[in-house]
Amino acid sequence: MAEKSDATNKDFSIVLCGQAGQGVQTVENILVHVLKLCGYHVYATKEYMSRVRGGMNSTEIRVSSSEVAAYVDRMDILIPFHPEAFAHLEKRLRPETIVIGDRKNICRDCPPEVKHFIDVPLEDIAKEIGGRIYINTLSAAVVLGLFRAPRDVAGGFIKKVFLRKGEDIVQKNLQAIERGCDIGEKLLESEGIDLALSSHPDVEKEILLNGAEAVGLGALAGGCNFLSSYPMSPSTGVMVFLAQHAGEFGLVVEQAEDEISAINMALGASYAGARAMVTTSGGGFALMIEGVSLAGMIETPVVIHVAQRPGPATGLPTRTEQGDLEMVLYSGHGEFPRVLYAPGKLEDAVYLTQRAFNIADKYQIPVFILTDQYLMDSYYNIYLPDLKELKIEKHIVETAADYKRFALTEDGLSPRGIPGYGSGLVGVDSDEHDAEAHITEDLDLRTKMVEKRLAKMNLVERDVIPPELVGPEDYRILLIGWGSTYKPVTEALGLLSREDLSFLHFTQVYPLPAGTLEFLEKAEKLIIIENNATSQFSRLIKLNTGLDIEDKLLKYSGLPFSVEDIVDRIREILR
Amino acid sequence: MDKAVYSMGNIDIAWCPGCGNFNIKDILTEALAELEIPPEKLVVVSGIGQAAKIPHYIKTHFFNGLHGRALPPATAIKAVNPELTVIAESGDGDMYGEGGNHLIHAMRRNPDITNIVHNNMVYGLTKGQASPTSQCGFKTPVQVKGVILAPFNPIALAVALDASFVARVFSGDTEQTKDILKKAITHKGYALVDIFQPCVSFNKVNTYEWFKEHTYYLDDSHDVRDRTMAFERAVESDKFPLGIFYINPEKNTFEENIGLYREDRTPLPFREAPIKQKLQKIIDSNR
Repeated sequence: MAEKSDATNKDFSIVLCGQAGQGVQTVENILVHVLKLCGYHVYATKEYMSRVRGGMNSTEIRVSSSEVAAYVDRMDILIPFHPEAFAHLEKRLRPETIVIGDRKNICRDCPPEVKHFIDVPLEDIAKEIGGRIYINTLSAAVVLGLFRAPRDVAGGFIKKVFLRKGEDIVQKNLQAIERGCDIGEKLLESEGIDLALSSHPDVEKEILLNGAEAVGLGALAGGCNFLSSYPMSPSTGVMVFLAQHAGEFGLVVEQAEDEISAINMALGASYAGARAMVTTSGGGFALMIEGVSLAGMIETPVVIHVAQRPGPATGLPTRTEQGDLEMVLYSGHGEFPRVLYAPGKLEDAVYLTQRAFNIADKYQIPVFILTDQYLMDSYYNIYLPDLKELKIEKHIVETAADYKRFALTEDGLSPRGIPGYGSGLVGVDSDEHDAEAHITEDLDLRTKMVEKRLAKMNLVERDVIPPELVGPEDYRILLIGWGSTYKPVTEALGLLSREDLSFLHFTQVYPLPAGTLEFLEKAEKLIIIENNATSQFSRLIKLNTGLDIEDKLLKYSGLPFSVEDIVDRIREILR
Repeated sequence: MDKAVYSMGNIDIAWCPGCGNFNIKDILTEALAELEIPPEKLVVVSGIGQAAKIPHYIKTHFFNGLHGRALPPATAIKAVNPELTVIAESGDGDMYGEGGNHLIHAMRRNPDITNIVHNNMVYGLTKGQASPTSQCGFKTPVQVKGVILAPFNPIALAVALDASFVARVFSGDTEQTKDILKKAITHKGYALVDIFQPCVSFNKVNTYEWFKEHTYYLDDSHDVRDRTMAFERAVESDKFPLGIFYINPEKNTFEENIGLYREDRTPLPFREAPIKQKLQKIIDSNR
C-alpha cells in the first residue's frame, strides 16, 4: 500500500477483530487516543453481536492526515485476536491487507487471500511481561510503532488509563508499550511498510467523542437536568454519559421500570420545570408513544432521543438502520406539532441536541433527535469552539393568581407556568380541556384547542434548519440523504469528484425546510440514499414537494454504508 | 386553614349521586386544610377513571395524565421540586391494573408522595367490568360467569415490598379516614392509602353495608413496625382490617437518595446552574 497514492490511501484503516470480552475495546481505546495525541485525525467504529462474551466483533480505526469520519470496507492492517476473524471478515480481505498476528496461537490457518502476513508472537511476549492480558496493550503498541508514535505520549496515556489498577500493572503495561513499539518500528524496515502521515498540532486541541457522548454533551449544554430512561441498545450510551456527569451538573438520571414510566416521568419533571429528556431505541420508543401524545396534549416540552436499530420487533439489537423515521414522525394518537432532528455528524449531535431543549421549551412540544447505532458508536475528533457560548433559553413565566395554563392566544402559545413559581395554579390534563386545563366536552372549545395546538406549527416552521448542500451549486445530479449517512456520502463524493454531482443533506427532517423543492427542481436526476428498505424519507419528500425520487440507494443489512458502497453504487446508477 | 380554599365553587361534577368519591374529596380537603397545606404548594396527580377526575374538583395544581400513569409523573414532580406536596390519586383499575408496574417500583423508589387509591372493586367509567380487586364470582357483562381471578391484594404487596407507609380506610368513616390521610401525607416517604369505597352504579355487591359488615379496625395490639404481623393482617379476607398496617420510617426517600438536595435545597427549576466551566472540564478531559 505504500506505493499507492490513491486518494483512499491518505489514511490507513486498521481493523481489530475478536470475541466479545477479548479486549478489542482496550486496543481501540489506546489507539484512538494516542494517535490523536500524536496529531493525527482518528475515526473508529465498531460492529458487534448482541452478546456479552464470545461471538465475533470488529472495530475499524482510521488514521489520517486529514479529517476522516466514515466507515470504509478497505482494511490496510488487520489484527485478528481469534482464528474465526478471517471468516468473519472474509468479504473485506484484499491482497493488500497486511495481517499482523500470532501464527502459533491465532493464525495457524490463514486463508489464501492473505498475501502479506507478519507473525508477531504476541502471546509469548505478553506472557514474558506478565500474562496473556498484556496482549491488548502489546498489540496496540505494535500499531503505534508502525506510526512511529512517540513513546512518552503512549506511555503517558497508559499511565492515565491504568492508574487505578496499581503500580505493578502500570509498569507491565509500560513494558508492553516499549516491546510493542520496538516491534512495530522494526517492521517498518523489515517488511517495507510506510505509514507516514503528516500530523497536525491542532488535532490535539480537538475533542474525541462518540455519538452517544455527543448527544449527552449537547443535552448538558442545553440545560438538561432530568433524564429518565430504560436501557436499550444502541441508545444507552447517552444515559451512561449523563449518569457519569449527573452529580456535577445537578441532574436527575433515573432508570425507570419501563419506557412507559420513563416518558411519563420526563413529562412530570418538565411540568414541574425541569428540562427533561428520554433516550431509547425503536422497541422502547414504541412503548413511549402514548406519552408522546400526552406531551402533545398537555403542551409540555420533552426531548426524545431515538437511536435506531434494525426492526421489526427485537430485530438486530446491536446493528444500524434508519428504519424508524416514519414511526417517530407519526407517533402518538391525535394531531399535534413536533420537530425531528437527525444529526449527520458528531458536531450536529451536540448542537442539535442542545437546540432541541430550547425549541421544545419555546414551543412546548416534543422534539426528537433521531440517530442510529452507526452514529452512536462512531468516534472521531471534532472541534467545538463555541459550545460554552450556547444559550439555554428558558420560557417559563411567573404565574399570577388568575393564571390559565392553556389561555387562548393569537399564535397558539400559552405562557407556560410551573407549580410553585408565582401565585397561580398550574393544571394539565390529557383530556380535551379548557383554558384552566379542566375537562371539557364543549365541542366549539375543542375546535379552538385543536387549532391552538396546531397553530404552533406555524411558529415551528419559522425555526427550521435548512439542508446543507455539499458540492457544486450548479449540480445536474443531486444525491439526497438525512442523518448519519452524511460522512460516508461526503467522502464518497470526494472520491467520485464529479462536477455535476452534489449532495443535499437534511439534519431537520420534520418539518422540512421551505426551500426543499427548489433544491430538488434544479436537478435533472435525483438519487436518495437511506439506510432502510423502503426509502421512508423519499415518501416524506413526496408528501412535501410532490416529487418522486426514482433512484434509490438503500441498505438494510444492519451495517452502515461504507464509502466504497456509495461510490460503487452511484457509479452503477450513473453508468 | 379553611377548607374553602380548595373549593372550586359551583361546578358540574361527573360523579354519580351517592358516590363514595364525594366523601373522599371532602375528607381529603379537610385533611389538607388541617395540615395547613395551601393549594399553591400542592400537586394532585391522577390517571384516568372516575376517581382520577378528583383534581378537577379541588382547587390546586394538577397533572391529570394517562391511564395508569399517575405515579411516574408524581415521582418526577417531587424529585424536581421537593417543596411541593404531591398526591397521586386514582382508582383501583388505574393504579392496580394499568399502572401495576409503576406501583411496584414506586414502592421501591420511595418518593415522598401519598398514593391514594379509590378501591370500589369495579370499573366505573367503562361501565361495570371487573377490576383487579373484584372478588371471585363477581358477575359483570364481561365476566359473565363471575370473576375467576383471585383479587389483587395491594396491602400485602406493599408490605412485601417494604413500602414505607401502608394503610386501608373506608370512605364511609370520615374521622378515621381523615386521621389516616393526615398521617399518610405527613409521613416522609411513599404512603399507600387504599380506600374502600362503594360504587353505587356498578357494584351491587360491595355496598356501604357490605363494607361495614366485612371490615374491622386494627386495634392497639397491632404493631405497625412489625412487618410480619402487618403481612398476617394484610392477607386476612374474611373481614378486611382497616387502619395503618405498616410504617417503616427508616427508609430514605427517592429525593434524598438522588443526592441533589444534600447541600442545596433549591428545587431544580430555580437553580442557576453555571455549566460553562463544567462543560470546559468535559472538553478538557476528552482531549
